[in-house]
Amino acid sequence: MTDERRPRLAARAAPYLLVAPAWLWLALFFVVPIATILSMSLMSGNLYEGYSLTWEFGNYAAAIGTYWEQIGRSLVYGACATVLCILIGYPCAYWIAFRGGAYKNAYLLLLLLPMFVSFVLRTISWKAFLADEGVILGTLKGIGLLPEDAYVLNSAVAVVFGLAYNFLPFMVLPIYAVLERMDHRVVEAARDLYAGPVRAFTRVVLPMSLPGVFAGVIMTFIPTSADYVNATVLGGAHNTMVGKVIESQYLVNNAYPMAASITFVLMAVLLVGIFSYARALGTERVMEASAR
Amino acid sequence: MESMTEPTPVGAAEAPPPSPDVPAIALEGVAKTYRSGREEVRAVSRIDLEIAQGEFFSLLGPSGCGKTTTMRMVAGFEDPTEGTVRLKGADVTRVAPDRRDVNMVFQSYALFPHMTVFDNIAFGLRRKGTPADEIRRRVGEMLELVELSGRERTKPGRMSGGQQQRVALARALVNRPSALLLDEPLGALDLKLRQSMQMELKRIQRDVGITFVYVTHDQGEALTMSDRIAVMNNGSVEQLGGPRQIYERPASRFVAGFIGTSNLLSGSVADASGGLVTFPAGDGGAVCATAEAAVGATVEVTVRPEKIALHTARPDGAGTRSRVPGTVREVVYLGASTHYTVALEGGGPGGGSAAPELTVYTQNAAGTDDGPVRGDRVWLEWSPEHSYVLPA
Repeated sequence: MTDERRPRLAARAAPYLLVAPAWLWLALFFVVPIATILSMSLMSGNLYEGYSLTWEFGNYAAAIGTYWEQIGRSLVYGACATVLCILIGYPCAYWIAFRGGAYKNAYLLLLLLPMFVSFVLRTISWKAFLADEGVILGTLKGIGLLPEDAYVLNSAVAVVFGLAYNFLPFMVLPIYAVLERMDHRVVEAARDLYAGPVRAFTRVVLPMSLPGVFAGVIMTFIPTSADYVNATVLGGAHNTMVGKVIESQYLVNNAYPMAASITFVLMAVLLVGIFSYARALGTERVMEASAR
Repeated sequence: MESMTEPTPVGAAEAPPPSPDVPAIALEGVAKTYRSGREEVRAVSRIDLEIAQGEFFSLLGPSGCGKTTTMRMVAGFEDPTEGTVRLKGADVTRVAPDRRDVNMVFQSYALFPHMTVFDNIAFGLRRKGTPADEIRRRVGEMLELVELSGRERTKPGRMSGGQQQRVALARALVNRPSALLLDEPLGALDLKLRQSMQMELKRIQRDVGITFVYVTHDQGEALTMSDRIAVMNNGSVEQLGGPRQIYERPASRFVAGFIGTSNLLSGSVADASGGLVTFPAGDGGAVCATAEAAVGATVEVTVRPEKIALHTARPDGAGTRSRVPGTVREVVYLGASTHYTVALEGGGPGGGSAAPELTVYTQNAAGTDDGPVRGDRVWLEWSPEHSYVLPA
């Protein structure tokens, strides 16, 4: 009896054993840190006397009251960068998927090639490009297309451009994945049923690729809203994003509870934003509307 | 089947006054060459075809013969390298697919997965700006025709292959095109479903009276449904004709081999008189054919397996029928019929090696006892009109 049961038990346990490393990983690097930050956000005290859990919900009120501007700015910049990524990334993904031919993988590699250089380094190099008398602005000013006092660096425009530049591949890849899988006969069917090239795109290709756009929006909006490198390097003092605030609260002011509560506010806002986006602009409904 | 219509000087958008004599589709010297690198591949070479209004027309051939390319040129998805495509007389060679009055049923169905069955079928009508109530009526009629009433709100992904097939058909037919193009539409279905869909398609075609152009590599399908068939090979039309004509009088060795099973026999003519030629075959046997040929000329004939009678002894009678002796090599019992493979005695006819084996189908009518078995010596017999002489 026991001889028979042992292999069966092992067989039943096998799937759990196989996912165990993944669970362990998640527990160690996701659940524990989240719980730590959550408890930290409800503590009071300071670095020298130590922190203790006093269920200090006032931290949240203070975080929102003091930093609502930076949080709001982060969301606006993130949204602008995401829209810019769609506008640039969709045609890019479309072109690679439908016109790339035998060189699709080469084009994808080109798209990802900049990622091999450090993120911070790439952002800093934009500083040189966008400098007031740099390659772009200097030239445009030289031929009189821009007034002498025009600037881009240290403005919201520079931050949004930097964000869009850095996160573009995260928009292109999911859209490309959907377009690449698409049966091109479906486009031909639309053309055959009296849809011109534009109608075939808006009625068939676009709605069918919305799941990719949806994934791309999530993959760019979340990291861009939480990013602080671009704002710090390209934005100057007046365009601080919430990421920068969290960083300086942790590392400069050592105000751990404050930093933790801002982190949670940002997380909550992003989660609520993503869920309401999924409900309001759910791909299912958009696709149904496009069928008319 | 040479093109007889005068070129009509009409623009792409306007159609000439409808007349039953104008062919629904006319191809005049249409050719397509693909260029890949330095190589040129001729997919279709100068085809002339006229397809009459209301006809069920099949393009039949093996894969790579150019039948799909030909159809795609009619639909507008491929630009012909040479020649003219006409729809009801109007030159549409350079007209975009959305401005052509033909609709296509794709092999993969190509239904819009994000739309309901209703929206799929209504797609073409909506693009043409048909009023909503008329759309509702016509889509309803179509769903009834393809027996899918009540499935308006279903997404195609939730339907079986046969149902998707019928949605694809309805989506094209609802537009009442001047011709419907079907690209191997039954290819993805299993045998049973395919056979019932063949009947279904034929019924629908009769009901709506629209020209059907049917691309297939399945000769049985083409023979069952078509009014006329164009057998294609290597980018050109090998034979154009009705199913019976193509089956019984193949214009070439290729057609004879591609359509059904055929037995090829060749030899040099020993006797020619009164429209009959005779050449020796097997040990003491002879093949007779209704044809004109000089004594000594080499002729090649094909005989369909079901035209041959099987005897256990040498049949008596006058000498105008083909009689060939052989040995049974294989017997395959199929219920309604039995298929025999018979090896000719004394090698091939005329001492050659061509077709040393013949295939014979016999009907298993009631009361017949067991036929010959493997190894039995038999005589094959058929009448001269069934020995069809292939054009040299």
